Amino acid sequence: MVELVVISGKGGTGKTTVVGALASLANEKVLADCDVDAANLHLLLRPKIEEKIPYEGSELAQIEKNKCLGCGKCAEACRFGAIVSEDGVYRVDPLSCEGCGVCLQVCPAGAVSLRPRLSGWVYVSRTAYGPLVHGELLPGEENTGKLVTAVKMRARAMAKDAGAKWLFVDGAPGIGCPVIASLSGANAVLIVTEPSLSALHDLKRAAELARHFRAKISVVINKADLAPNLVEKIEKEASEEGLPIIGHIPYDEAVIRAQALGRPVVEYDSGPAAQAIRSLWEKLAAWIGL
Amino acid sequence: MRIAIASGKGGTGKTTLAVSLALALAETHPVELVDCDVEEPNDHIFLSPTIRERKPVEVLVPEVDREACLSCGACAKACRYGALVVIGRKVFFHYELCHSCGLCRMICPTQAIREVPRTIGWIERGEGKGLPFLQGVLNVGEPRATPVIRALKEMTDPKRLTILDSPPGTGCPMVETVKGADYVILVTEPTPFGLHDLQAALAVTEALGVPAGVVVSKWGVGTDHVERFCAEKGLPILLRIPWDQAIARAYANGIPLVEALPEWREPLRQLFQDILLAHGGSGNG
Repeated sequence: MVELVVISGKGGTGKTTVVGALASLANEKVLADCDVDAANLHLLLRPKIEEKIPYEGSELAQIEKNKCLGCGKCAEACRFGAIVSEDGVYRVDPLSCEGCGVCLQVCPAGAVSLRPRLSGWVYVSRTAYGPLVHGELLPGEENTGKLVTAVKMRARAMAKDAGAKWLFVDGAPGIGCPVIASLSGANAVLIVTEPSLSALHDLKRAAELARHFRAKISVVINKADLAPNLVEKIEKEASEEGLPIIGHIPYDEAVIRAQALGRPVVEYDSGPAAQAIRSLWEKLAAWIGL
Repeated sequence: MRIAIASGKGGTGKTTLAVSLALALAETHPVELVDCDVEEPNDHIFLSPTIRERKPVEVLVPEVDREACLSCGACAKACRYGALVVIGRKVFFHYELCHSCGLCRMICPTQAIREVPRTIGWIERGEGKGLPFLQGVLNVGEPRATPVIRALKEMTDPKRLTILDSPPGTGCPMVETVKGADYVILVTEPTPFGLHDLQAALAVTEALGVPAGVVVSKWGVGTDHVERFCAEKGLPILLRIPWDQAIARAYANGIPLVEALPEWREPLRQLFQDILLAHGGSGNG
């Protein structure tokens, strides 16, 4: 099975547009949306949710008021500034608490306890394009990386059970914990970039991160006709870094119109973007060696 | 005063707005621009800043003294992140899971654990185009952006009007950036993706209790879902930036919007006046 993770470094370059189109073009695949704090793939694939699994990524401290001595040892020991005191009454700020348990350890009165906190949901869905596993992070919750791992493990297990050829993973922007979690175990990485100095800067950092994993890496340039001078620059620098460019997708408003209808662009029309993504898919399959 | 510029979805125009708002206001206010997107910082591309100060961001991680360690496993049992594992007589440490809470050191019965600093990124201070500038840069491969953002925020000047350019998303790095701000501008685009991620970002800013207004970029393409949502919610749309080849070209080539198209100075100053009215403040302190 090929586990292909689509990342970008910079946000908004077109990861979800590409993954949505691949979902429509490939056979025998499972899909995972690992951009759990701004998940969008479901807007294109219109899933029917079949299973909703609570995700408890961490714990939350709480202070029992009638046991608390007001000594402030917990506030002193907490490295996250999560213990706040108002008029000598101590309480836990859930937006800062990382559930480490230091407060529980230092409290002389046994007034602190940890309880599981609901941080989000993992959804297992059916779509017209195959199974989709996606996640939802509740507002202000931490541990995005662990939720990404939960989504991915589930999708991987389903792909193995079904004997699927492909697992397509829609990644998050950036290079931090959710992206690292989505890259773990991948054997192919597609970086979607666009012709701007910012995207090029971010592409290099994303590629440097992807190299930490044992995966083949290639690049596609989206909105490629908007700044031809920068396409050249990206091609030159990618070639110096040994990164193959396997496609160019032109700017095409059909992408937005398809999105408004909740459909992958390759099903909306056969305009310039749709054609380019079809040819990208052929090259991608050949590049991976299928 | 601190204004954060955030968005759920990436690529909506946070950097364009942050850089040009800071440049437009710098003529009349003491402003500083802080790039909190430490995973992929881009403001520097538009400012070509001269960096005058560079300092490491360190987090504390455990180091085990093998002589003193009894391999009792108390640290591994206590660590809620699974960052310490005892196999046989050896303690293995997975730094990418560590939150630097210090519990393992407290727990160890033989004081075999001490905490040592680990550099995970850098803070850089300088100025570009006359603007005081701060940015954080996370080392590639390091998973935790929040300590770098926290360190950045500690270095801001409370006497200045601070513009914080947030990372995309709604996870911990965005929360850390927006927490404690006086106002947040949510930048979005008029598409279903833009609306969905605006709603997610708004849920976070509401949980944080930071008042929000919206800037719509790439206005004119897409749908009216964002406009309808803002009207229903009573959420002010502070500015609409149309989809325009000239704006896209300036962005692509690393030229600030107000430099390529100076007619945008005035609308950006007006946007700040509208925020001040909503905030009821003077813009200083």
